Amino acid sequence: MATLQLKNITKQFGDTKVIKGIDLDVNDREFVVFVGPSGCGKSTLMRMIAGLESASDGDILINGQRMNEVGPADRGLAMVFQSYALYPHMTVEGNMGFSMRLAGVPKEERRAKVLEAAKILQLEPLLDRKPKALSGGQRQRVAIGRAIVRNPSIFLFDEPLSNLDAALRVQMRIELARLHEELDATMIYVTHDQIEAMTMADKIVVLHDGVVEQVGSPMALYHHPRNRFVAGFIGSPKMNFFSVEQHSISSDGVTVRLPGGRPCTIPVAGEQLARDEALELGIRPEHLQLDENGPLSGQIKVLERLGGQTSLYVQMGELLITIMADGDVAYRVNDTVQFGFAAERAHLFDAQGVALESLSQHPLASLTRQDNRAATEPAAPGGQV
Amino acid sequence: MTTHRNSAPAHTRSLPIRQLVLTLLGWSIALIIFFPILWMVLTGFKTETAAIADPSFIFSPTLESYQAVQARSGYARFALNSVAIAFGSTLLALLIAIPSAYAMAFLPTKRTKGTLLWMLSTKMLPPVGVLVPIYLIFRDVGLLDTRTGLIIIYTLMNLPIVVWMLYTFFKDMPKDILEAGRMDGASTLQEVFFLLLPLTLPGIASTGLLSVILSWNEAFWSLNLTSSKAAPLTAYIASFSSPEGLFWAKLSAASTMAIAPILILGWMTQKQMVRGLTFGAVK
Ligand SMILES: Nc1ncnc2c1ncn2[C@@H]1O[C@H](COP(=O)(O)OP(=O)(O)OP(=O)(O)O)[C@@H](O)[C@H]1O
Ligand SMILES: [Mg+2]
Repeated sequence: MATLQLKNITKQFGDTKVIKGIDLDVNDREFVVFVGPSGCGKSTLMRMIAGLESASDGDILINGQRMNEVGPADRGLAMVFQSYALYPHMTVEGNMGFSMRLAGVPKEERRAKVLEAAKILQLEPLLDRKPKALSGGQRQRVAIGRAIVRNPSIFLFDEPLSNLDAALRVQMRIELARLHEELDATMIYVTHDQIEAMTMADKIVVLHDGVVEQVGSPMALYHHPRNRFVAGFIGSPKMNFFSVEQHSISSDGVTVRLPGGRPCTIPVAGEQLARDEALELGIRPEHLQLDENGPLSGQIKVLERLGGQTSLYVQMGELLITIMADGDVAYRVNDTVQFGFAAERAHLFDAQGVALESLSQHPLASLTRQDNRAATEPAAPGGQV
Repeated sequence: MTTHRNSAPAHTRSLPIRQLVLTLLGWSIALIIFFPILWMVLTGFKTETAAIADPSFIFSPTLESYQAVQARSGYARFALNSVAIAFGSTLLALLIAIPSAYAMAFLPTKRTKGTLLWMLSTKMLPPVGVLVPIYLIFRDVGLLDTRTGLIIIYTLMNLPIVVWMLYTFFKDMPKDILEAGRMDGASTLQEVFFLLLPLTLPGIASTGLLSVILSWNEAFWSLNLTSSKAAPLTAYIASFSSPEGLFWAKLSAASTMAIAPILILGWMTQKQMVRGLTFGAVK
């Protein structure tokens, strides 16, 4: 049982405010992922939770207990550093057993616990090696093992996989997800990697400039970003944005005039809009479709064939629009293409960049990782054809 | 070393000449630096007449001067003083400098850089400037001609350099490792003993060595603050220079005996020294 609450947490380094008041609830056994651009304060927030950095203001509660003044070792947390931060002069066993050695645990017991963790992480043959003699993935596993033996109620990971190559990253990602299952622990995870965030998280926290932009499940953030920042940050390739003019507002949604002049009704709530407020339309590259009768057109500048998919970069006025199309589209560079989109896939943002609320929820927006599993398991035996 | 090995096949034509020139240059500089020491050692094995004759490498070596030096006064007593004072002051300096360097490297404030510079600036003051006050203080508290007195003076003398060097070594230590230790439950003291010291040992060793060498070779304070009881080897050498004129051979023999221990120590710890002094560069 481990919950974490942050109440109006701030952090100031000298005169610069790095964390500007963050509220967050992390539930028991949840996998929470912090994402955000470089320098937005992810590590700082993590370090405050860990106790390596003091909070300038606000409360940190673990299991309902205020922890601001409690030392890092006594918060019941373990942290895995991006740099692994292994003790170079100790063996793998020494590294993993260090916390117990400090706590005065007898050698036999220490060894048993280390072995137990080593088994989970397949580190048994490496126990006598020094970190120097390990590969990147093995070092990472030792760092995780060092966290596991402390039996923490909350694991903190600060970009743990970013020093690994792509293949190893996929493998470790799966291993971490398995660990989360196996250990029944609460995990907080910082990453730059969209795929890690989308696949591992129960809950994604999008940070920007020291504030939380949005908290939600991966599918909720993808389908219903609360503002332009989240819309642009979640999803890869990035969402396309167009400036559009207001045409009319009705109970069916907001009708806008697209670049090129055609009207289009987006099913979002527009009652609060000022009459001639500037609007911005956001459509993800994968939701733009090549269509001879589509309302939009432009000239292909770059064409990237990925095999299964083709990315088209299309010049439309001053904008360069990204379209994810079929792998076998026949277009070539400099061809002019017509394209369109389904109105319910589009997002509309007001002058402040706040998203107008959709009139209907996307069916997957409330999906959790647990649902995902429940839905796929029965289907597994037959398999897909 | 590695650079040499890697680049050798790449420029097979131009390298031998360049390398030859560089090697010659290196040897010449080493010889120039080493020559006075060599000459001193050679002179120690000459007779007093040969020593003041025209300089020559060819002579019949004799232990005459060494015997004379041995006969005159107890080398051992001076040497023991030197050892006690050099190592005592080094130990004391490290004991004070490690916590200070820790604080400055890991808990810096706005004034840390200033403090470091200020500490180093005290080395710019000529020691003679404070000789009289220190002499008077030492006389009043009874530290004149005591090992304790010299240990205190040498500790203070080397402290800025020792703190500065340790500070640079500590700064090179990845902070994450100490933080990981803190997460694992290490107190500050445990952090220092289990993580910081083992990981910066080469640096600490070379710092200590430098401090020992500086203390060993120091003459100004030892000549002024000691007379007989606590006099180290530098005072021993000096005692051969004065009353009846200079005796080059005996002086050289005494000097050779005085620097021999530190030379041997330096020789044995050469690897540590080089590793420590180039710690940041080659890591
Ligand atoms: N000790 C410090 N003193 C002053 N400023 C700091 C300190 N630590 C971090 N900062 C600043 O706080 C901001 C947030 O840093 P932080 O390391 O939390 O970013 P991050 O989101 O983890 O970035 P990245 O994705 O690059 O790791 C940065 O602008 C950084 O310069
Ligand atoms: Mg970071």
